[in-house]
Amino acid sequence: MNSLEIAKSCSTYSCWHPLFALEDLEEGGVPVYTQLLDQAVLCERLSEGKVSVRLADQQRGPDRQAEDLHSQVQFGFVWACIGPNPQLLFDIPEYHEPDRRNVCTGVFGVEVSAPRAIENFLDMGHFPFVHTGLLGIEPHTEVVDYQVTVSDEPNEIVATECLFFQPQAAVGSVGGVVTEYVYRVPHPFCAILYKSCPFDESRRDVITIFVQPESEERIRAHTMMSIVDPESSDTSIRLFQQMIFGQDKPILENQFPKKLPLDPLDEISIRADRVAVAYRKWLASGGVRYGVIPGAQAT
Amino acid sequence: MLKLYDYELSGNCFKIRWFLNILGIEYESVAVEFYPSKEHKSAWFKEINPLGQLPVIDDDDFRLRDAQAILVYIATKYDSSGNWYPSHDASQTGEIAQWLSFADSLTATISSARLATTFFFDFDLEKCQTGGHELLRILDEHLWFQEQQQLEWICRGRHPSLAEIACFPYVALSEEGGISRQEFAAVRRWTDRVKRIPGFIGMPGIFPAGS
Ligand SMILES: [Fe+2]
Repeated sequence: MNSLEIAKSCSTYSCWHPLFALEDLEEGGVPVYTQLLDQAVLCERLSEGKVSVRLADQQRGPDRQAEDLHSQVQFGFVWACIGPNPQLLFDIPEYHEPDRRNVCTGVFGVEVSAPRAIENFLDMGHFPFVHTGLLGIEPHTEVVDYQVTVSDEPNEIVATECLFFQPQAAVGSVGGVVTEYVYRVPHPFCAILYKSCPFDESRRDVITIFVQPESEERIRAHTMMSIVDPESSDTSIRLFQQMIFGQDKPILENQFPKKLPLDPLDEISIRADRVAVAYRKWLASGGVRYGVIPGAQAT
Repeated sequence: MLKLYDYELSGNCFKIRWFLNILGIEYESVAVEFYPSKEHKSAWFKEINPLGQLPVIDDDDFRLRDAQAILVYIATKYDSSGNWYPSHDASQTGEIAQWLSFADSLTATISSARLATTFFFDFDLEKCQTGGHELLRILDEHLWFQEQQQLEWICRGRHPSLAEIACFPYVALSEEGGISRQEFAAVRRWTDRVKRIPGFIGMPGIFPAGS
Protein backbone atom coordinates (compact mmCIF):
# COMPACT_ATOMS: atom_id res chain seq x y z
CA MET A 1 0.00 0.00 0.00
CA ASN A 2 1.27 3.46 -0.77
CA SER A 3 0.84 6.36 1.64
CA LEU A 4 -2.36 7.62 0.08
CA GLU A 5 -3.93 4.16 0.25
CA ILE A 6 -2.87 3.88 3.88
CA ALA A 7 -4.50 7.25 4.60
CA LYS A 8 -7.71 6.20 2.91
CA SER A 9 -7.81 2.87 4.71
CA CYS A 10 -7.44 4.14 8.26
CA SER A 11 -9.21 6.31 10.81
CA THR A 12 -7.01 9.30 9.91
CA TYR A 13 -9.16 9.85 6.83
CA SER A 14 -12.22 10.74 8.88
CA CYS A 15 -10.34 13.09 11.21
CA TRP A 16 -10.42 16.85 10.96
CA HIS A 17 -7.02 18.29 10.06
CA PRO A 18 -5.78 21.88 10.41
CA LEU A 19 -4.67 23.68 7.25
CA PHE A 20 -4.19 27.39 7.96
CA ALA A 21 -4.64 29.99 10.65
CA LEU A 22 -7.69 31.89 9.43
CA GLU A 23 -5.83 35.18 9.95
CA ASP A 24 -3.14 34.08 7.49
CA LEU A 25 -5.69 33.87 4.66
CA GLU A 26 -6.85 36.96 2.85
CA GLU A 27 -10.61 37.33 2.70
CA GLY A 28 -11.71 36.99 -0.93
CA GLY A 29 -8.08 36.31 -1.92
CA VAL A 30 -6.88 33.67 -4.33
CA PRO A 31 -7.15 30.05 -3.13
CA VAL A 32 -3.99 28.84 -1.41
CA TYR A 33 -2.40 25.45 -1.93
CA THR A 34 -1.33 23.14 0.81
CA GLN A 35 -0.94 19.41 1.18
CA LEU A 36 -2.94 17.03 3.33
CA LEU A 37 -2.52 13.26 3.53
CA ASP A 38 -0.52 13.12 0.28
CA GLN A 39 -3.07 15.17 -1.63
CA ALA A 40 -2.92 18.77 -2.81
CA VAL A 41 -5.80 20.84 -1.48
CA LEU A 42 -6.89 24.40 -2.15
CA CYS A 43 -8.20 26.58 0.62
CA GLU A 44 -10.12 29.78 0.10
CA ARG A 45 -11.33 32.31 2.63
CA LEU A 46 -14.77 33.60 1.68
CA SER A 47 -16.60 36.46 3.34
CA GLU A 48 -17.87 36.41 6.94
CA GLY A 49 -15.33 33.89 8.16
CA LYS A 50 -16.52 31.16 5.81
CA VAL A 51 -14.05 28.96 4.01
CA SER A 52 -14.02 26.57 1.09
CA VAL A 53 -11.60 23.66 0.82
CA ARG A 54 -11.35 21.27 -2.10
CA LEU A 55 -8.96 18.77 -3.63
CA ALA A 56 -6.75 20.64 -6.09
CA ASP A 57 -7.24 18.14 -8.91
CA GLN A 58 -11.02 18.16 -8.55
CA GLN A 59 -12.74 19.53 -11.64
CA ARG A 60 -15.40 22.01 -10.63
CA GLY A 61 -18.89 21.63 -12.04
CA PRO A 62 -21.80 24.04 -11.70
CA ASP A 63 -22.56 22.92 -8.15
CA ARG A 64 -19.39 24.12 -6.43
CA GLN A 65 -20.48 23.12 -2.98
CA ALA A 66 -20.96 19.48 -3.91
CA GLU A 67 -17.24 19.18 -4.62
CA ASP A 68 -16.07 20.94 -1.50
CA LEU A 69 -14.51 18.94 1.29
CA HIS A 70 -15.94 19.13 4.76
CA SER A 71 -14.47 22.21 6.39
CA GLN A 72 -14.92 24.38 9.46
CA VAL A 73 -13.22 27.18 11.34
CA GLN A 74 -12.34 26.41 14.95
CA PHE A 75 -9.76 27.80 17.41
CA GLY A 76 -8.74 30.34 14.78
CA PHE A 77 -7.82 27.64 12.24
CA VAL A 78 -9.34 26.21 9.09
CA TRP A 79 -9.95 22.48 9.48
CA ALA A 80 -10.82 20.02 6.74
CA CYS A 81 -11.74 16.38 6.47
CA ILE A 82 -11.20 14.54 3.20
CA GLY A 83 -13.20 11.46 4.14
CA PRO A 84 -16.99 11.33 3.76
CA ASN A 85 -17.89 10.98 7.45
CA PRO A 86 -15.95 13.36 9.67
CA GLN A 87 -15.61 12.51 13.34
CA LEU A 88 -16.54 15.19 15.84
CA LEU A 89 -13.78 17.77 16.40
CA PHE A 90 -12.75 18.03 20.06
CA ASP A 91 -13.41 21.17 22.05
CA ILE A 92 -11.16 23.35 24.18
CA PRO A 93 -13.63 25.01 26.59
CA GLU A 94 -11.03 27.51 27.84
CA TYR A 95 -10.63 28.91 24.33
CA HIS A 96 -14.09 30.44 24.54
CA GLU A 97 -13.54 32.29 27.85
CA PRO A 98 -13.96 36.01 27.19
CA ASP A 99 -10.79 37.24 28.93
CA ARG A 100 -8.41 34.80 27.24
CA ARG A 101 -5.82 35.93 24.76
CA ASN A 102 -6.01 33.52 21.83
CA VAL A 103 -2.87 33.86 19.76
CA CYS A 104 -1.94 31.77 16.72
CA THR A 105 1.78 31.39 17.24
CA GLY A 106 2.78 30.26 13.78
CA VAL A 107 3.02 27.27 11.51
CA PHE A 108 6.32 25.50 10.95
CA GLY A 109 7.36 22.89 8.40
CA VAL A 110 9.13 19.86 9.85
CA GLU A 111 10.48 16.69 8.24
CA VAL A 112 8.95 14.20 10.63
CA SER A 113 5.75 12.19 11.05
CA ALA A 114 2.76 13.68 12.84
CA PRO A 115 2.82 11.20 15.76
CA ARG A 116 6.53 11.84 16.40
CA ALA A 117 5.73 15.54 16.75
CA ILE A 118 2.92 14.80 19.21
CA GLU A 119 5.08 12.45 21.23
CA ASN A 120 7.79 15.12 21.49
CA PHE A 121 5.18 17.63 22.66
CA LEU A 122 4.15 15.22 25.43
CA ASP A 123 7.69 14.55 26.60
CA MET A 124 9.00 16.62 29.50
CA GLY A 125 12.26 14.69 29.70
CA HIS A 126 13.84 16.77 26.93
CA PHE A 127 13.21 20.17 28.53
CA PRO A 128 16.51 20.62 30.41
CA PHE A 129 18.55 19.55 27.40
CA VAL A 130 16.66 21.14 24.51
CA HIS A 131 14.94 24.13 26.11
CA THR A 132 17.80 24.85 28.49
CA GLY A 133 17.23 27.84 30.71
CA LEU A 134 13.58 28.19 29.66
CA LEU A 135 11.46 25.08 30.14
CA GLY A 136 14.10 23.17 32.07
CA ILE A 137 17.64 23.25 33.37
CA GLU A 138 20.15 20.75 34.64
CA PRO A 139 20.39 19.25 37.24
CA HIS A 140 16.56 19.37 37.49
CA THR A 141 16.11 16.54 35.01
CA GLU A 142 13.80 14.21 36.89
CA VAL A 143 10.30 13.70 35.59
CA VAL A 144 8.32 12.78 38.70
CA ASP A 145 5.67 10.14 38.38
CA TYR A 146 2.39 11.39 37.00
CA GLN A 147 -1.07 10.04 36.25
CA VAL A 148 -2.21 8.88 32.83
CA THR A 149 -5.82 8.03 32.06
CA VAL A 150 -7.43 7.03 28.81
CA SER A 151 -11.15 7.72 28.57
CA ASP A 152 -13.79 6.63 26.10
CA GLU A 153 -16.17 9.57 26.30
CA PRO A 154 -14.57 11.73 25.09
CA ASN A 155 -12.01 9.40 23.58
CA GLU A 156 -8.77 10.96 24.77
CA ILE A 157 -5.62 10.61 26.82
CA VAL A 158 -5.14 12.82 29.87
CA ALA A 159 -1.89 13.07 31.82
CA THR A 160 -2.03 14.93 35.11
CA GLU A 161 0.27 15.91 38.00
CA CYS A 162 3.20 16.45 35.67
CA LEU A 163 5.52 18.54 37.83
CA PHE A 164 8.69 20.06 36.49
CA PHE A 165 11.13 22.76 37.52
CA GLN A 166 11.23 25.51 34.90
CA PRO A 167 13.60 28.50 34.89
CA GLN A 168 11.33 30.55 32.59
CA ALA A 169 8.09 28.73 32.04
CA ALA A 170 6.38 31.41 29.94
CA VAL A 171 7.05 34.79 28.45
CA GLY A 172 5.47 36.45 31.51
CA SER A 173 7.41 34.43 34.11
CA VAL A 174 10.01 35.92 36.39
CA GLY A 175 12.41 33.39 37.88
CA GLY A 176 12.22 29.62 38.20
CA VAL A 177 9.14 27.77 39.43
CA VAL A 178 7.86 24.24 39.70
CA THR A 179 5.26 24.19 36.97
CA GLU A 180 2.38 21.75 36.82
CA TYR A 181 1.43 20.44 33.41
CA VAL A 182 -1.69 18.64 32.30
CA TYR A 183 -1.71 17.10 28.85
CA ARG A 184 -4.74 16.20 26.77
CA VAL A 185 -4.55 14.21 23.54
CA PRO A 186 -8.07 14.36 22.08
CA HIS A 187 -7.01 13.65 18.47
CA PRO A 188 -4.26 11.42 17.04
CA PHE A 189 -2.33 14.45 15.73
CA CYS A 190 -3.39 17.20 18.14
CA ALA A 191 -2.38 17.79 21.73
CA ILE A 192 -3.23 20.37 24.35
CA LEU A 193 -1.07 21.40 27.25
CA TYR A 194 -2.38 23.14 30.35
CA LYS A 195 0.19 24.81 32.58
CA SER A 196 0.15 26.99 35.66
CA CYS A 197 -0.61 30.57 34.74
CA PRO A 198 1.95 33.07 36.09
CA PHE A 199 -0.74 35.79 36.36
CA ASP A 200 -3.58 33.86 38.02
CA GLU A 201 -2.99 30.87 40.30
CA SER A 202 -6.53 29.62 39.88
CA ARG A 203 -6.30 29.24 36.11
CA ARG A 204 -4.22 27.50 33.54
CA ASP A 205 -2.68 28.66 30.31
CA VAL A 206 -3.37 26.56 27.25
CA ILE A 207 -0.81 25.73 24.59
CA THR A 208 -1.77 23.59 21.63
CA ILE A 209 -0.12 21.81 18.78
CA PHE A 210 -2.30 20.90 15.81
CA VAL A 211 -0.36 18.85 13.31
CA GLN A 212 -1.24 18.85 9.64
CA PRO A 213 0.17 15.69 8.03
CA GLU A 214 1.30 16.74 4.55
CA SER A 215 2.67 13.26 4.05
CA GLU A 216 3.67 10.43 6.37
CA GLU A 217 7.05 12.02 7.04
CA ARG A 218 6.45 15.73 6.53
CA ILE A 219 4.20 17.97 8.64
CA ARG A 220 3.07 21.51 9.17
CA ALA A 221 2.89 22.12 12.91
CA HIS A 222 0.32 24.76 13.83
CA THR A 223 0.66 26.21 17.31
CA MET A 224 -1.76 28.27 19.32
CA MET A 225 -1.87 29.72 22.81
CA SER A 226 -4.89 30.63 24.85
CA ILE A 227 -3.62 32.41 27.90
CA VAL A 228 -4.46 34.75 30.74
CA ASP A 229 -1.77 37.40 30.40
CA PRO A 230 -2.78 41.05 30.50
CA GLU A 231 0.77 42.27 29.94
CA SER A 232 2.69 40.54 27.15
CA SER A 233 2.17 41.66 23.56
CA ASP A 234 0.95 39.21 20.91
CA THR A 235 4.36 39.53 19.28
CA SER A 236 6.32 38.62 22.40
CA ILE A 237 4.00 35.64 23.01
CA ARG A 238 4.61 34.45 19.45
CA LEU A 239 8.36 35.04 19.65
CA PHE A 240 8.66 32.98 22.84
CA GLN A 241 6.74 30.12 21.30
CA GLN A 242 8.80 30.30 18.09
CA MET A 243 12.01 30.09 20.05
CA ILE A 244 10.75 26.94 21.81
CA PHE A 245 9.65 25.42 18.53
CA GLY A 246 12.90 26.36 16.81
CA GLN A 247 14.72 24.37 19.49
CA ASP A 248 12.49 21.33 18.92
CA LYS A 249 12.79 21.28 15.14
CA PRO A 250 16.29 19.73 14.83
CA ILE A 251 15.40 17.19 17.52
CA LEU A 252 12.30 16.19 15.57
CA GLU A 253 14.13 16.02 12.26
CA ASN A 254 16.79 13.73 13.71
CA GLN A 255 14.25 11.14 14.89
CA PHE A 256 14.86 7.76 13.36
CA PRO A 257 12.78 6.27 11.95
CA LYS A 258 10.66 9.31 11.08
CA LYS A 259 7.49 7.25 11.51
CA LEU A 260 6.46 6.27 15.01
CA PRO A 261 6.90 2.56 15.78
CA LEU A 262 3.80 1.16 17.51
CA ASP A 263 5.22 -2.24 18.33
CA PRO A 264 5.50 -2.28 22.14
CA LEU A 265 8.88 -3.96 21.90
CA ASP A 266 10.42 -1.46 19.52
CA GLU A 267 11.46 1.61 21.45
CA ILE A 268 9.33 1.61 24.53
CA SER A 269 11.67 -0.45 26.64
CA ILE A 270 14.39 2.21 26.38
CA ARG A 271 12.14 5.26 26.70
CA ALA A 272 9.79 4.22 29.41
CA ASP A 273 7.75 7.38 29.33
CA ARG A 274 4.23 6.47 30.44
CA VAL A 275 2.31 8.97 28.40
CA ALA A 276 4.26 7.93 25.30
CA VAL A 277 3.41 4.29 25.96
CA ALA A 278 -0.26 5.19 26.38
CA TYR A 279 -0.19 7.33 23.23
CA ARG A 280 1.27 4.55 21.09
CA LYS A 281 -1.25 2.02 22.39
CA TRP A 282 -4.08 4.48 21.84
CA LEU A 283 -3.01 5.10 18.23
CA ALA A 284 -2.86 1.36 17.61
CA SER A 285 -6.26 0.66 19.15
CA GLY A 286 -7.75 3.66 17.34
CA GLY A 287 -6.74 2.20 14.01
CA VAL A 288 -4.23 4.89 13.07
CA ARG A 289 -1.95 3.57 10.33
CA TYR A 290 -0.67 6.85 8.89
CA GLY A 291 2.78 8.08 9.95
CA VAL A 292 3.35 5.00 12.09
CA ILE A 293 5.06 1.63 11.81
CA PRO A 294 2.31 -0.76 12.88
CA GLY A 295 2.99 -3.26 15.61
CA ALA A 296 3.38 -6.96 14.94
CA GLN A 297 -0.24 -7.75 15.82
CA ALA A 298 -1.63 -5.19 13.42
CA THR A 299 0.23 -6.39 10.33
CA MET B 1 23.81 51.29 24.59
CA LEU B 2 24.18 49.48 21.30
CA LYS B 3 20.81 48.47 19.94
CA LEU B 4 20.29 45.38 17.78
CA TYR B 5 17.18 44.93 15.66
CA ASP B 6 16.94 41.23 16.12
CA TYR B 7 15.00 38.08 15.29
CA GLU B 8 15.70 34.99 17.36
CA LEU B 9 15.44 32.45 14.52
CA SER B 10 17.60 34.40 12.06
CA GLY B 11 21.13 33.09 11.48
CA ASN B 12 22.27 36.56 10.43
CA CYS B 13 21.00 38.09 13.68
CA PHE B 14 22.51 35.21 15.64
CA LYS B 15 26.00 35.98 14.30
CA ILE B 16 25.78 39.50 15.72
CA ARG B 17 24.48 38.30 19.11
CA TRP B 18 27.24 35.71 19.23
CA PHE B 19 30.03 38.12 18.31
CA LEU B 20 28.81 40.69 20.85
CA ASN B 21 28.85 37.91 23.43
CA ILE B 22 32.41 36.93 22.51
CA LEU B 23 33.55 40.52 23.01
CA GLY B 24 31.45 40.92 26.17
CA ILE B 25 29.52 43.89 24.84
CA GLU B 26 26.15 44.61 26.38
CA TYR B 27 23.39 45.50 24.01
CA GLU B 28 19.67 46.01 23.81
CA SER B 29 17.75 43.64 21.57
CA VAL B 30 14.72 45.03 19.74
CA ALA B 31 12.66 42.08 18.53
CA VAL B 32 11.40 42.36 14.96
CA GLU B 33 9.02 39.56 14.11
CA PHE B 34 10.23 38.28 10.75
CA TYR B 35 7.75 35.39 10.79
CA PRO B 36 4.80 35.16 10.55
CA SER B 37 3.95 38.87 10.67
CA LYS B 38 6.79 40.03 8.32
CA GLU B 39 7.49 42.97 10.60
CA HIS B 40 10.79 43.58 8.77
CA LYS B 41 8.70 44.68 5.78
CA SER B 42 6.55 47.02 7.88
CA ALA B 43 6.57 50.77 7.34
CA TRP B 44 8.24 51.50 10.68
CA PHE B 45 11.08 49.09 10.06
CA LYS B 46 11.63 50.21 6.47
CA GLU B 47 12.37 53.65 7.84
CA ILE B 48 15.21 52.00 9.72
CA ASN B 49 16.29 49.82 6.81
CA PRO B 50 14.72 50.55 3.43
CA LEU B 51 15.85 47.09 2.26
CA GLY B 52 13.57 45.52 4.85
CA GLN B 53 16.30 43.18 6.10
CA LEU B 54 17.65 42.13 9.47
CA PRO B 55 19.89 42.72 11.34
CA VAL B 56 20.45 46.43 11.87
CA ILE B 57 22.41 48.04 14.68
CA ASP B 58 22.20 51.48 16.16
CA ASP B 59 25.31 52.43 18.09
CA ASP B 60 25.06 55.93 19.57
CA ASP B 61 22.95 57.06 16.63
CA PHE B 62 25.29 55.44 14.13
CA ARG B 63 23.02 53.11 12.19
CA LEU B 64 24.32 50.20 10.13
CA ARG B 65 22.60 47.39 8.23
CA ASP B 66 23.97 44.16 6.73
CA ALA B 67 25.26 41.41 9.02
CA GLN B 68 28.72 41.31 7.47
CA ALA B 69 29.16 45.09 7.56
CA ILE B 70 28.05 45.08 11.19
CA LEU B 71 30.65 42.45 12.08
CA VAL B 72 33.41 44.55 10.47
CA TYR B 73 32.23 47.64 12.34
CA ILE B 74 32.01 45.90 15.72
CA ALA B 75 35.40 44.22 15.34
CA THR B 76 37.12 47.42 14.26
CA LYS B 77 35.56 49.47 17.01
CA TYR B 78 35.45 47.08 19.95
CA ASP B 79 37.95 44.25 19.50
CA SER B 80 41.11 45.65 21.05
CA SER B 81 43.01 42.40 20.35
CA GLY B 82 42.66 42.97 16.61
CA ASN B 83 42.47 39.19 16.16
CA TRP B 84 39.03 38.98 14.64
CA TYR B 85 39.65 41.54 11.92
CA PRO B 86 43.37 42.39 11.60
CA SER B 87 42.83 45.57 9.64
CA HIS B 88 46.55 46.33 9.30
CA ASP B 89 47.21 43.13 7.33
CA ALA B 90 46.28 43.40 3.67
CA SER B 91 46.16 39.71 2.82
CA GLN B 92 44.25 38.79 5.97
CA THR B 93 41.60 41.48 5.51
CA GLY B 94 41.36 40.61 1.83
CA GLU B 95 40.73 36.97 2.69
CA ILE B 96 38.20 37.86 5.32
CA ALA B 97 36.31 40.10 2.88
CA GLN B 98 36.25 37.22 0.41
CA TRP B 99 34.64 34.92 2.97
CA LEU B 100 32.22 37.59 4.18
CA SER B 101 30.96 37.68 0.62
CA PHE B 102 30.79 33.87 0.66
CA ALA B 103 28.60 34.19 3.77
CA ASP B 104 26.18 36.28 1.69
CA SER B 105 26.00 33.45 -0.82
CA LEU B 106 25.21 31.06 2.04
CA THR B 107 22.30 33.34 2.94
CA ALA B 108 21.05 33.33 -0.65
CA THR B 109 21.08 29.54 -0.83
CA ILE B 110 20.99 27.74 2.54
CA SER B 111 19.00 30.38 4.38
CA SER B 112 16.53 30.56 1.51
CA ALA B 113 16.18 26.77 1.49
CA ARG B 114 15.46 26.89 5.23
CA LEU B 115 12.87 29.62 4.75
CA ALA B 116 11.17 27.46 2.14
CA THR B 117 11.13 24.25 4.21
CA THR B 118 10.31 25.76 7.58
CA PHE B 119 8.41 28.97 6.93
CA PHE B 120 6.85 28.16 3.53
CA PHE B 121 8.50 30.96 1.58
CA ASP B 122 7.82 30.59 -2.12
CA PHE B 123 11.41 29.96 -3.27
CA ASP B 124 12.80 27.43 -5.73
CA LEU B 125 13.80 24.95 -3.03
CA GLU B 126 15.71 22.57 -5.26
CA LYS B 127 17.80 25.37 -6.73
CA CYS B 128 18.60 26.76 -3.26
CA GLN B 129 19.56 23.29 -2.01
CA THR B 130 21.78 22.56 -5.01
CA GLY B 131 23.48 25.94 -4.63
CA GLY B 132 23.96 25.49 -0.89
CA HIS B 133 25.36 21.99 -1.34
CA GLU B 134 27.89 23.29 -3.86
CA LEU B 135 29.02 26.03 -1.46
CA LEU B 136 29.48 23.48 1.33
CA ARG B 137 31.58 21.38 -1.02
CA ILE B 138 33.79 24.39 -1.79
CA LEU B 139 34.13 25.21 1.91
CA ASP B 140 34.89 21.58 2.73
CA GLU B 141 37.68 21.41 0.19
CA HIS B 142 39.13 24.70 1.41
CA LEU B 143 39.06 23.60 5.04
CA TRP B 144 40.67 20.27 4.18
CA PHE B 145 43.61 22.08 2.55
CA GLN B 146 43.84 24.40 5.54
CA GLU B 147 44.09 21.36 7.81
CA GLN B 148 46.95 20.01 5.70
CA GLN B 149 48.85 23.16 6.65
CA GLN B 150 47.94 22.79 10.33
CA LEU B 151 45.50 25.70 9.99
CA GLU B 152 42.25 25.30 11.92
CA TRP B 153 40.33 28.27 10.58
CA ILE B 154 39.00 29.56 7.29
CA CYS B 155 41.57 32.32 6.90
CA ARG B 156 45.31 32.23 7.49
CA GLY B 157 46.52 32.84 11.02
CA ARG B 158 46.28 31.03 14.34
CA HIS B 159 43.18 32.85 15.53
CA PRO B 160 39.63 32.48 14.23
CA SER B 161 38.41 35.51 12.30
CA LEU B 162 35.20 37.19 11.27
CA ALA B 163 35.02 34.59 8.49
CA GLU B 164 34.10 32.00 11.16
CA ILE B 165 31.39 34.23 12.63
CA ALA B 166 29.96 35.10 9.24
CA CYS B 167 29.98 31.62 7.68
CA PHE B 168 29.17 29.36 10.63
CA PRO B 169 25.45 30.06 11.25
CA TYR B 170 23.99 28.98 7.92
CA VAL B 171 26.46 26.11 7.62
CA ALA B 172 25.22 24.87 11.01
CA LEU B 173 21.58 25.37 9.98
CA SER B 174 21.91 23.62 6.61
CA GLU B 175 20.01 20.49 7.71
CA GLU B 176 16.95 22.66 8.40
CA GLY B 177 17.02 23.55 4.73
CA GLY B 178 17.32 19.88 3.83
CA ILE B 179 21.03 20.14 2.97
CA SER B 180 23.06 17.37 4.58
CA ARG B 181 26.63 17.85 5.79
CA GLN B 182 27.16 14.09 5.98
CA GLU B 183 29.76 13.98 3.21
CA PHE B 184 31.66 17.08 4.34
CA ALA B 185 33.95 15.79 7.08
CA ALA B 186 36.27 18.82 7.13
CA VAL B 187 33.24 21.11 7.53
CA ARG B 188 31.99 18.99 10.43
CA ARG B 189 35.37 19.09 12.16
CA TRP B 190 35.42 22.87 11.67
CA THR B 191 31.91 23.39 13.13
CA ASP B 192 33.03 21.40 16.20
CA ARG B 193 36.07 23.64 16.58
CA VAL B 194 33.99 26.80 16.15
CA LYS B 195 31.61 25.70 18.89
CA ARG B 196 34.57 25.50 21.27
CA ILE B 197 35.65 29.11 20.68
CA PRO B 198 35.22 30.87 24.06
CA GLY B 199 32.01 32.90 24.15
CA PHE B 200 30.06 30.57 21.89
CA ILE B 201 26.30 30.72 22.31
CA GLY B 202 23.66 28.72 20.51
CA MET B 203 20.37 29.60 18.91
CA PRO B 204 17.25 27.53 18.22
CA GLY B 205 18.58 24.89 15.84
CA ILE B 206 22.21 25.23 16.89
CA PHE B 207 23.23 23.49 20.06
CA PRO B 208 26.43 24.17 22.00
CA ALA B 209 29.39 21.79 21.71
CA GLY B 210 29.04 18.30 23.14
CA SER B 211 25.29 18.04 22.70
FE1 LIG C 1 10.19 20.71 23.13
